[in-house]
Amino acid sequence: MSHHIVEVKDLRHVYPDGTEALRGVSFRITHGESVAIIGANGAGKSTLLLHLNGCLVPTEGAVRVGDFPVTRSTLPEIRRAVGMVFQDPDDQLFLPTVREDVAFGPLNLGLPPDEVERRVEDALERVGAAHLVDRPPYHLSGGEKRRVAIATVLSMEPSILVLDEPTSGLDPHARRRLMGLLGEFHHTKIFTSHDLDMVLDLCERTIVLHEGMVKADGPTRDIFLDDRLLADCRLERPLSMQGCPICGTKK
Amino acid sequence: MHMADALLSPAVGGTMWAVSAGAIAYCSAKVRSEPDERKVPLMGVLGAFLFAAQMINFTIPATGSSGHLGGGLLLAILLGPHAAFLTIASVLVVQALFFGDGGLLALGCNIFNMGFVTAFIVYPFIYKRILGANPSQGRMSLAIMLSAVAGLQLGPFCVVLQTYFSGISELPFSTFLLLMQPIHLAIGIVEGFVTVAVVSFVHRARPEILEGALRVRPIGNHPLRGVLISFLVAALLTGGILSRFASENPDGLEWAIAGVTGKEELSGPSRGIYGTLAAFQEKTAFLPDYAFRKTPAAAVRQEENDAGASDVRLGTSVAGVVGSLLTLGIACLVPFLLRKRHRVT
Amino acid sequence: MATIDGTSLDFRLLDRLSEGHSAIHRLDPRAKVLATLFFLVSVVSFGKYEVSALFPFFLYPAALIALADLPALFLVRKTALVLPFAAVIGIFNPLLDSRILLHVGPLAISGGWISCASIIVRAALTVSAAFILVSVTGFPSICAALERLGMPRTFAVQLLFLYRYIFVLIEEGKRMSLARELRTFGGRGPGMKHFGSLVGHLLLRTWERAERIHRAMLARGFTGEFHPRRPCRFGAWETLYLLGWSALFLLFRLENIPRILGTLVAGVLE
Repeated sequence: MSHHIVEVKDLRHVYPDGTEALRGVSFRITHGESVAIIGANGAGKSTLLLHLNGCLVPTEGAVRVGDFPVTRSTLPEIRRAVGMVFQDPDDQLFLPTVREDVAFGPLNLGLPPDEVERRVEDALERVGAAHLVDRPPYHLSGGEKRRVAIATVLSMEPSILVLDEPTSGLDPHARRRLMGLLGEFHHTKIFTSHDLDMVLDLCERTIVLHEGMVKADGPTRDIFLDDRLLADCRLERPLSMQGCPICGTKK
Repeated sequence: MHMADALLSPAVGGTMWAVSAGAIAYCSAKVRSEPDERKVPLMGVLGAFLFAAQMINFTIPATGSSGHLGGGLLLAILLGPHAAFLTIASVLVVQALFFGDGGLLALGCNIFNMGFVTAFIVYPFIYKRILGANPSQGRMSLAIMLSAVAGLQLGPFCVVLQTYFSGISELPFSTFLLLMQPIHLAIGIVEGFVTVAVVSFVHRARPEILEGALRVRPIGNHPLRGVLISFLVAALLTGGILSRFASENPDGLEWAIAGVTGKEELSGPSRGIYGTLAAFQEKTAFLPDYAFRKTPAAAVRQEENDAGASDVRLGTSVAGVVGSLLTLGIACLVPFLLRKRHRVT
Repeated sequence: MATIDGTSLDFRLLDRLSEGHSAIHRLDPRAKVLATLFFLVSVVSFGKYEVSALFPFFLYPAALIALADLPALFLVRKTALVLPFAAVIGIFNPLLDSRILLHVGPLAISGGWISCASIIVRAALTVSAAFILVSVTGFPSICAALERLGMPRTFAVQLLFLYRYIFVLIEEGKRMSLARELRTFGGRGPGMKHFGSLVGHLLLRTWERAERIHRAMLARGFTGEFHPRRPCRFGAWETLYLLGWSALFLLFRLENIPRILGTLVAGVLE
């Protein structure tokens, strides 16, 4: 089934104030891939993500998800297929309890109550947050919020997961736990992140954005070995690929 | 300033509740019918913003004292009257519940004084009027200044009226008015300056927000005026009916009890219940001189003439005081008794 | 509102009380909202010279504090903080109404003092009733109850959104004003000019947040319609709770309990 394919073709986006955020971006992500989109601040990562589920409309070019082009009329299908987790969980969790928040998506899909209930339990179980079900979101810790935010999307059973900076602001333990969790998902996954070590761990493929264009697209390890490319794009090797500061050995 | 439950009579509180509830229903329907569903989160978050902004104090020049933003006018400018009214009302609900500002019965009054006045009187009839068709920065500042002052004169004026009609406070109408209006003139001027500062900042940083707000349908046109008039008429009617009951029995306002016993709606009581209750009230009034209130002079004379009766009254007074202390003692004890049982079980 | 810190801490504390598991907490919120309403109307409907007859009403907050295991001192302190506002207006009464209404031994007490005391007692009762309603019900459930009692959905949603983001925005405001304070060294509040841009910044961030939230809602299929999902059941316990309190309030309103008690005691002593 081609439902899990994401295809972006010559995507251009100009904001109303004239800023050209994307200047002809093309790539194709196939079923089951785990892809990182990296780049400096202002490279256009967030703008690109917002096109993947139709939050932004391309100025030029097109986005296809599975069998559907992303247009106004296909938005419900697109949003069912693409689960988007935003960077700040406080933006995503806006209802009084975790349960209501996780149920928000399924209820909008018009599912019957017992199916909604099953999905809520299922999604929270998968992110290890079943015990938080009746808690209000603002009393959760950063890591818990992030996991619940992912559950709010999982409950819609999307085939593609899109995550914006999933590990930002987490303590090392929470980050490690989240990475373990993401590794278990067999969805097509698309991340943006500045956490290059996570990218190295989780994504076999990386797309480098620079000033609104795709600068490189290939296996993650190859890209991180290209120091010239990384420097040009205001990036650097993940720490785990840099020389050890204590023993001085290079990897 | 917030109107408080403690100063409020049920008649005034009920009237203002009815008016504010009506306005909430009307504005909810209005906002719901708008095609822009972006407003839903926007209103909510802006309400929360108002909360946070009110906690940030600033120094008032030349006085050394500090003040904070009221913000009702700011919301009206950003959101338009209907959404702003709902947002202000929601902020007041949270303030009443979590901070005890005003109280729950006075909520109707406060929503009217701060929300309705700002969104449906000041905004359309002062702000929009002065702003005109093609507003300049200067014109906008002037409009904001005058609106802020007007809003903070009208709001407190309503507080004075509500307090006066409730009759719990002894403050004469004119004294209270003289107390409130000048203070709020100063507060209004400060509010005006601060609102101008915030609005001009937003204007510089993201002009499209204000332009969006300016483009919101023409306001102050006939439908809105019709709404305003019908609300005022409704308020006068309810107020008139309720205050009739109130004035027939200035001490008890027994109609409220009838509402509790009989119907859920606050409708007028039947004469029968009313009469019985009044009789009860007379029989059980705590203060012995209670009945003399209407003719205090006569009461005093009678008191002087009749030493024996005075003794009796002293007795009842002491009984009343003892009883009161006992009651309070029991009320304080109850938690301990209940809690103990509660813990054991 | 003294300091941002104190206020937001108090807010949080009060909010967390609603997470309790007592039998009172478990009742359908409608019962609690309506009981509070009857309580308030009963208290407020007394004449202005009534003091002692109000005392029995303290039984309501006291009983709920006990049954719902609420921290009594915290609630008393919170209530006490609000009383001065009512007292400011009440304090004029003794000056303006000096008719002697009551003698207690050698003391002659004027109507003004009595009505002033009445105002303060009313304030204590009404304010504590509001706090207790929040502590045993929780704000979202109060909204749900009000919606079921006829409040428009749009306003209910507005209240929920407001409530959700109060904590987030208070934190943001706190960080911003702290960042400013740390660089002023005088500790004074900002002048109006700086205040304008400080609050303006906060406003813009709020605005952007609203846009992000809206996107997050759209991403999960929001079409402008909320689907409430709070099962509530107004059963026998709720009816009992509501009828019980209403009957008690009615009794307190109609019979002056302290006077009856006092007379009884006096009778026994004789």
